[in-house]
Amino acid sequence: METTITTYALILALPLVAFVVQVFFGKRLPRGGDWLVIGAICIDLLLSLRVFFAALFFSSFASTPFVWNLRGWLGDAGTGVLALSTGIMVDNVTAMMLVVVTGCSTLIFLFSTGYMAGHRRYSLFFAYLSLFAFSMLLLVLGNNLIALFMGWELVGLSSYLLIGFLFEEPVVAPDIVPASACKKAFITNRIGDTGFLLGILTLFSFTGKIAYGDVFEAVRNGAFGDHATLLTVAGILLFCGAMAKSAQFPLHVWLPDAMAGPTPVSALIHAATMVAAGVYMVARLYPLFTPDALTFIAYVGAFTALFGATIALVMNDIKRVLAYSTISQLGYMVFGLGVGAYSAGLFHLMTHAFFKALLFLAAGSVIHAMHRAYHHAGLEWNPRSRENDAQDMRNMGGLRKAMPVTFATTAVAVLAISGVPFTSGFLSKDMILGGAFAFGFVENPQHFLIPVFGFAAALLTAFYMARLLIMTFLGTNRMAERGQKALRESPWNMTVPLVLLAVLCGWFWYNPDPTTIFAKGWVSSFLTPPASAVPQTLVAAPADAHHAAHVAAMLVSLFCAGAGFFAAWMLDRRGAISLEHWRLSGSRVYQLLANKYYVDELYSRTAVAGMVQLSRILGWFDKVLVDGVVNATGRFQTGLSELSGLVDRYGVDGLVNALASFVRDTGTEVRQIQTGRIQNYVVYATVGLIVLIVVTGM
Amino acid sequence: MVQLPHFLTVSALLFAAGVFAVVTRRNAVALLMGVELMLNAANLNFAAFSRFSHNALDGQIFAMLSIVTAAAEVAVALAIVLNIYRNVETIDADQAGDLRG
Repeated sequence: METTITTYALILALPLVAFVVQVFFGKRLPRGGDWLVIGAICIDLLLSLRVFFAALFFSSFASTPFVWNLRGWLGDAGTGVLALSTGIMVDNVTAMMLVVVTGCSTLIFLFSTGYMAGHRRYSLFFAYLSLFAFSMLLLVLGNNLIALFMGWELVGLSSYLLIGFLFEEPVVAPDIVPASACKKAFITNRIGDTGFLLGILTLFSFTGKIAYGDVFEAVRNGAFGDHATLLTVAGILLFCGAMAKSAQFPLHVWLPDAMAGPTPVSALIHAATMVAAGVYMVARLYPLFTPDALTFIAYVGAFTALFGATIALVMNDIKRVLAYSTISQLGYMVFGLGVGAYSAGLFHLMTHAFFKALLFLAAGSVIHAMHRAYHHAGLEWNPRSRENDAQDMRNMGGLRKAMPVTFATTAVAVLAISGVPFTSGFLSKDMILGGAFAFGFVENPQHFLIPVFGFAAALLTAFYMARLLIMTFLGTNRMAERGQKALRESPWNMTVPLVLLAVLCGWFWYNPDPTTIFAKGWVSSFLTPPASAVPQTLVAAPADAHHAAHVAAMLVSLFCAGAGFFAAWMLDRRGAISLEHWRLSGSRVYQLLANKYYVDELYSRTAVAGMVQLSRILGWFDKVLVDGVVNATGRFQTGLSELSGLVDRYGVDGLVNALASFVRDTGTEVRQIQTGRIQNYVVYATVGLIVLIVVTGM
Repeated sequence: MVQLPHFLTVSALLFAAGVFAVVTRRNAVALLMGVELMLNAANLNFAAFSRFSHNALDGQIFAMLSIVTAAAEVAVALAIVLNIYRNVETIDADQAGDLRG
């Protein structure tokens, strides 16, 4: 089954066209034009599914990826100097990403029609969503580093626009200000992108190529030669981009604040797709990473997985719990790739996209219902305290009665993210942990920390997700009596996406064997790691070692998930699930976690304060030195002009005026003669005649 | 024997009288009379020079022409004076200053 460029051109063009139309005419279209954006993304989804099935069932890209080139895109094609071509490359990874992106987008766009209903800038919201879809598809479909970077920056832009979408609200959750959160996200990403761009330039300067295949080929043929260390450096620089985009420690700080955006945005961009772009990039450039770079990536990922999970333990804002959970899960994908479990990392990207989108949408559904309930009951939110906060889990509880669909779907997602058997999360998480187990315990015992972090994070994940479920849906409701009566399930356009996403959390889509002992599922054969372009690579573990590690890892992770659930259940029985006792005991550990390890404070004291100080010094330099020179020049010029003015006024004007007054005075004198009396003229004539006679006579 | 200088002397006196009349009088008719005196002084000179230089009649003819022209001139000038009188009720040349710039 062949795919053609028309398909991919359509996939790219539809959301872009929808975006342009929405921006200019959205307000005038019926229903704010949401049908246009959703229609475009639905067609994209169908086209993507066609591509995906072509890849899955007909192995369209098994031997060679689909490549289409647009020559002479940059530089002079005639002379060939720096002539760069752009284009589209589609292989199995791309096909999977296309389905994930368009699938999540379709469901979340549909959800947005309910969540954003009645908003003042409803059509603009859909325009931005469409722009995001286009950027993400560009990022995924491009065949070269520059197109990847362009898509990368464009998703950053759409993320910025959507985080700040509620910019007129002074504060949307305790200490989250949309107008600052979007800037924080943008600037933090710039830091990572600097590294990314430097990495791209390093590769370009050594290979002179930008297309993925060409770069790999050049590196394989020894473009880096004796500078193998630089390849590691380039890999780490490229990974810096992923660290910012995929919110890895220490550039994770923007993601929790990005929850200032409307919840569908958090689901689509900051959980399912955009934050996975970093993982996608690492996977796409996988052949370039040296063993050292991969080890670095694995450590960053494993640390982030544990780090995010520990903070998620004590958060009370439902979206914040999910945000830190996203950081943690992204850490899983990253260290999965880092330890060489390539297909596992991408598999987790896909399953995570579905269950995390589901969790966020469910949270959105809950927040929507809470808002409405508070609104109906006339209860105002007080941003300074947690009173009547629609996002605070301490105000929820017992929502399963009012919102059965949201509860059921959330429960499925919680099981999936915790890695309980019969869910998609179990399959993907197990593959990662199996890879980590084989890497850390079997092959490289010196890196034992990576699987340890992974399993610890798995335990914590089960705990905080169970806590979220219990605090939100079980027990009794903790909001005021008046509000409780107004709690309602969300409308169909919000629950249908939830149900569809919950269905996608089942194991059967990915592997007919839920234990993975007998069958490995299509993913591991579909997403095979590309051959490394680096001269010396990580020693691949023997297949049976992986297998043995796999079963052991599965048992350990099952134990971890069980322990996590058990701990949550125990705490709930003791009535301490909100960790209130821990907070009240004044524990330092609790303070450390609740303040997110003081990373934000550290940054504002060091990097931000340093920037402010530097700006002050530069401002002083500008005001005193640069302005001083400019002003002195100005004053000198003024003086010179004054002098010149004097010469002009008194010298030149004086001369002209003197001439004029001479002429005028002479005229005044001479006009006396012209009396108009004929007698006078006769006298003059006579006198003149006499004078003439006398003169000629002499 | 009356010689050329005698004629010239009379002519000069006539001319001076004419000039004096033109310069001192304000009456427009008197002015015209002064002009006539000067013209006739010139005519006298024509005739005298013609008689005493080459004994031909060209000077006399010039004088005749001048007299005829003067007569025409006086006719026009008197008409102008009359019109001035009608307009400004006087023939004082100084009073007729309407066109003075």
